[in-house]
Amino acid sequence: MLAENASIFYGAFRAVADVTLPVHERQITAIIGPSGCGKSTLLRAFNRMNDLVQSARVEGKILLDGDNIYAPDVDAVAVRRRVGMVFQRPNPFPKPIYDNVAYGVRLGNPRIPKPELDAIVEQSLRGAALWDEVKDKLKESGTALSGGQQQRLCIARAIAVQPDVLLMDEPCSALDPIATIKIEELMQTLKERYTIMIVTHNMQQAARASDYTVMMMMRPDRAGEMIEFDQTEQIFTNPRDKRTEDYVSGRFG
Amino acid sequence: MIPAKRPILDQDLALLQDNILRMGSMVESMTEKAVRALKERKVELAREVRAEEKVVDQLRLDVEEAGIRTIATQQPLASDLRKIIAATHMAVELERMADYANGIAKIVIRSIDEPLLKPLIDIPRMQFIVCGMTHRALDAYVKEDANLARAVQAEDDEVDELYKQILRELVSYMSEDARTISRAMNLLFVAHNLERLGDRATNLCERVVYAVTGQLHEPKPKKSSIATLG
Repeated sequence: MLAENASIFYGAFRAVADVTLPVHERQITAIIGPSGCGKSTLLRAFNRMNDLVQSARVEGKILLDGDNIYAPDVDAVAVRRRVGMVFQRPNPFPKPIYDNVAYGVRLGNPRIPKPELDAIVEQSLRGAALWDEVKDKLKESGTALSGGQQQRLCIARAIAVQPDVLLMDEPCSALDPIATIKIEELMQTLKERYTIMIVTHNMQQAARASDYTVMMMMRPDRAGEMIEFDQTEQIFTNPRDKRTEDYVSGRFG
Repeated sequence: MIPAKRPILDQDLALLQDNILRMGSMVESMTEKAVRALKERKVELAREVRAEEKVVDQLRLDVEEAGIRTIATQQPLASDLRKIIAATHMAVELERMADYANGIAKIVIRSIDEPLLKPLIDIPRMQFIVCGMTHRALDAYVKEDANLARAVQAEDDEVDELYKQILRELVSYMSEDARTISRAMNLLFVAHNLERLGDRATNLCERVVYAVTGQLHEPKPKKSSIATLG
């Protein structure tokens, strides 16, 4: 995907200003920056999740395979099918584990034969490194799982519809360290098939888990801007911008 | 945004720097003392150097342990991380430099009963340059001055030239009179230790450049002094 001079507004307020960002395919791009700098707003613009906020509006372009996802004839639901999202708090449906994963697939194809759906559910749970833990209790509620398992269930749900891109908005902030490492390891497997963008407050997580890092910062007019984009190794060992240096070394923000 | 400070990390970094400076000034004075012991035939000075070498060894371990602890507990990144990595490398270099000074002291102690083969001119000159390089390398370290560090690296050429000159001179002594071999070899080992000290001082500079700029330089290709003599 590619953001071209993307600005995001809530009413008259410009929350994100002029972001031009190439998102490398099948790589993990982390977005970091202090609170309120527009990280999540930018992330949500990549699958038109901001459309759900009435006053939200995007200027500039966000391209998926060369097509602007904000073009007038584009259906936001179709965009979200190709660009999935995992949220900060695991939010499984209060339904059986099986139905959680099958939900989006059924929505897109209500007459899908049972064996086919079974296969997709298994594949997705395996893809999310959850199958072995839940294969004997697919009829139990998704909400009965542990936090880390719930988050992996949400990842399984997101990949069941076979998206191209996965957006993750602080996916580990509600998880313990072991569950966090599991998600980070899972991301390394997932990137073989999906392009991943992740917003994180945890600098070590960005350093451990991503290939590229975007550093954002709030301007004096409170609009968030991208101040540095580079390979993750570069950002965390030798950033070019002094503000990035101060932020990643914990001296600012 | 609220400016945040990291007092614990800053204190760790300051302590690390103090220890590197302490090691550096010890290496400088040990080198000076070892060559003076040689020149003035003072065995007690050489013995002081040997005792100080043990202190430097311990400091090197202290720096390494402190560096590991800070990485584990403070998770430093960017320039903080580079400073710690650079300091632990510098500690290793300085510990080896102390070994070379100690090597000179050992030669002095071993050969104290023999008169010097010749008056010393180039060896004290080498020592003077090497100590100056070490001093300025640590200056560059404290001032975070990569340009100064690069300038110091260039001075090593002069040390290498002096070493070759000494080598030529001593070889001619030995080939003229075989009875001088043992004493000439002692002086040659002293010069060799000083030549190595110069190399290590340039390594210190490389680490300073890394800490300041994030650039890791390959060590300058070294012409073997023996090979180029023909």
